Amino acid sequence: MPLAPDLAAEARRQLTICNACRYCEGYCATFQVLELRPRLSDGDISVVGNVCHDCRGCYQACMFAPPHEFAINIPLLLSQVRTETYATYAWPSALATLFGRAATGSAIAAAVGLIVMAGISLATGGGARFFAADAAPGSFYRIVPYFGMVIPAMLLSLYALLSFGMSAAAFSRDARIRLTELFAPRALVSIARDALTLHWMSGGGYGCYYPEKEKTSETRRAFHVLLVAGFISAFLSTTVAAIYQELLGVLPPYGMTSLPVILGMAGGAAMIVGATGLLALKVGAAGELISRTMLRMDVAFLVVFDLVSITGMALLFLRDTPLMGTLLLAHFAALAALYATIPYGKFAHVVYRLLTLLETRRDVVAPPVAAARRQGASGPA
Amino acid sequence: MSAPAGADVVVVGGGNAALCAALTARESGASVILLERSSEWDRGGNSKHTRNIRCARDGTSAATRYGAEEFLGDLRSVTGDALDSELARYLIAQSREVGEWMEAQGVRWQPALRGTLQLDRTNRFFLGGGKALVNTYYARAAATGVTVSYEQRVERFVFDGERVTSVVASLPDGTRREIPCRAVVVASGGFEANIEWLRRYWGSAVDNYRIRGTPHNDGNVLQTLLEAGAETRGTERGFHAIAVDARAPRFDGGIVTRVDSIPFGIVVNSQGERFYDEGEEIWPKRYATWGGLIARQPDQLACSIFDSKAWGGFIPCMHTPYRADTVKELAEMLHLPAAPVVATVERFNAAAHDHGTYDMAQRDGRSTRDLPLPKSNWALTLDTPPFYAYPLRPGITFTYLGVGIDGYGHVRRGNGCVFPNLFAAGEVMSGNILLKGYLAGIGMTIGTVFGRLAGREAARAARA
Ligand SMILES: Cc1cc2nc3c(=O)[nH]c(=O)nc-3n(C[C@H](O)[C@H](O)[C@H](O)COP(=O)(O)OP(=O)(O)OC[C@H]3O[C@@H](n4cnc5c(N)ncnc54)[C@H](O)[C@@H]3O)c2cc1C
Repeated sequence: MPLAPDLAAEARRQLTICNACRYCEGYCATFQVLELRPRLSDGDISVVGNVCHDCRGCYQACMFAPPHEFAINIPLLLSQVRTETYATYAWPSALATLFGRAATGSAIAAAVGLIVMAGISLATGGGARFFAADAAPGSFYRIVPYFGMVIPAMLLSLYALLSFGMSAAAFSRDARIRLTELFAPRALVSIARDALTLHWMSGGGYGCYYPEKEKTSETRRAFHVLLVAGFISAFLSTTVAAIYQELLGVLPPYGMTSLPVILGMAGGAAMIVGATGLLALKVGAAGELISRTMLRMDVAFLVVFDLVSITGMALLFLRDTPLMGTLLLAHFAALAALYATIPYGKFAHVVYRLLTLLETRRDVVAPPVAAARRQGASGPA
Repeated sequence: MSAPAGADVVVVGGGNAALCAALTARESGASVILLERSSEWDRGGNSKHTRNIRCARDGTSAATRYGAEEFLGDLRSVTGDALDSELARYLIAQSREVGEWMEAQGVRWQPALRGTLQLDRTNRFFLGGGKALVNTYYARAAATGVTVSYEQRVERFVFDGERVTSVVASLPDGTRREIPCRAVVVASGGFEANIEWLRRYWGSAVDNYRIRGTPHNDGNVLQTLLEAGAETRGTERGFHAIAVDARAPRFDGGIVTRVDSIPFGIVVNSQGERFYDEGEEIWPKRYATWGGLIARQPDQLACSIFDSKAWGGFIPCMHTPYRADTVKELAEMLHLPAAPVVATVERFNAAAHDHGTYDMAQRDGRSTRDLPLPKSNWALTLDTPPFYAYPLRPGITFTYLGVGIDGYGHVRRGNGCVFPNLFAAGEVMSGNILLKGYLAGIGMTIGTVFGRLAGREAARAARA
């Protein structure tokens, strides 16, 4: 599946110049991967684009950045390549257009989610108890029954998995990424470590030029790590809750010091801090270095994350009050915006990141400079 | 905040030498104004195009040591013995120390780039290259209170006897600004971007030159100094010039137009003849001779021809090489006379042979046999299509002719004295060290070491 011809041509033009220069090799793996794929097929371009973590070190270091006639702007170019990649490999392809309409898509998903959940609630008699304070076990299920929560969540999750699976297969084929390598334990460990620490977001080892154009900072990486950790924690909370309910037969709501609640609260708080922080950085950062579509996608995604976390936290603290029903539906609406848009919004970057992290394993490329030094590798001295 | 009207030290230029001078003068307690001719986006002169600096160092083993004597030997071997050896020794001794100072300013290092590993011992690479380095210095200048003004073209100096009392700069709106000062450092580069000045020494050949770096180094300040009686150093034709792709822009094409395929094949001129031993030495020691070689060929045009065996062995240029299934077609694509090119390739192939192992990392001794103009190493036959070619032009990096300085960085006057408060650093005085030839990374050493010296001494002169 080809990239848009104009974008592919521009990518070839700029990346050929980068490959003739190589001064930015010390910032990240992008340029090293480029050197390994100098023929620059559309698949190669997609890989290079998805290796980039947008630290912007290369832009501030580039003597050919606009207004120089070579007009090299790698952060902008590669953010365009990434948005194109998501759309190109979206499954089914008819829905690819949603990537350009992230805010609308999320809003519609939230509205539909709200209507469906409210409908289930009404149809199952939840309406009558909607504004009644209720602290007894199973209180949530008296607003929306258990199956009404689980079935939509399951369906959407399975659908997202299927969709991402199709995308990953098509992308790997074009990008000549061997998926079988994924199953080597060492590769998995390497990918997990680089993903969880956002290794390549540290640029040359000193952080991103984000939001300031001229100063490095590890803030962005820290916020992103928080967001991911929070997400994982919230996911674990749900899993533990399911075990409590299914295996131990204990119905929610759980006590404030119970494991699901602690995991949920920690996760929610981390996600709020992470998403809000990233949002602030995005809005404050230089607009000429990112594709408009990508920026809109980022903002919509982070806002949805914030809404999910905030409604979740509010639900936790106000669950014994008459507001519980309202908050529960609000939380479901936010979750619908998140779940339904997973394959067609910024969440998609996770798939391409994980696959391309296979290409940037330590045995393939050198780590960023400062990291290499911390690991005691001999520097240039 | 309005810019101060004058300063202890005015620094002319905005590249590496100027920044090192300004930061050091400021460190020494002087108030400093730096005048850069370019606008902010293309600040940093040729320095923004660089990637490494040559430094002596005391390693723990022969693999990491680069001693002062070896450095000096390397320098003499390329440039001859007419250099100012006192300054050369100072340069080399200081080169061992500057790294620490650079780090203190915020400069960061990276391992030698892939494809440049031969330089790992002698040269240090700054993370992100010269633009990142220059950005770091500008940020440091702002933090330490150096006043930086862009779009200030220094035109002349006002003298009171032998002392400079102010600097006159012209501004984009056509007005002039006179800045009183107690000392001046000139770090305005060579005259490589001044086609008419180059024409005096090279004639009409200059119309085919490409200027690899900034279009701002037209040498007008150097001219002013020479007119004021500064002593000349270096030779008229002394310059650093390499082979660049003929499709490179006239100015500012930087590193990416450089052609590195030469030792992998043969080079013919516009008559289809070879004219120099392409395998004389390992490439890092020879790349800087090819600009001058091509400048002396008819039409200042040459062509690097190689076959598909070589592809992938060197860093490609930003321009895609021409490509054809036969040498004849390739010559026609390049508008070269096909028959002589084919004959040259056939003669070369007949003289090449497969004895010994082919090894690009060192002189492998695979020389042509019985060819009047040999290729001394890496003489592989050109026989595996497709065949490739880069058209070549001289790419001028920087000129060496400049002003003489003494051991304190003072600009020398013709009569054996110096200007007591006028200093020079960088390309503008590189002729003290470089007469011909080049050692990779020494341009930045010259700018950093003599920039620091000039800054320190200018601050001292300003206090006097
Ligand atoms: C593509 C390329 C790659 C290179 N790579 C290396 C390398 O890796 N290592 C190395 O050691 N050397 C390298 N060099 C050589 C190196 O760039 C120079 O030797 C070095 O940068 C010179 O520093 P400088 O400060 O003297 O001059 P420059 O950096 O050129 O600075 C001169 C400054 O003076 C300003 N100026 C000129 N006229 C006026 C005026 N009238 N008024 C005010 N300002 C004025 C200019 O705008 C400019 O800012 C390279 C050069 C090029 C072109």
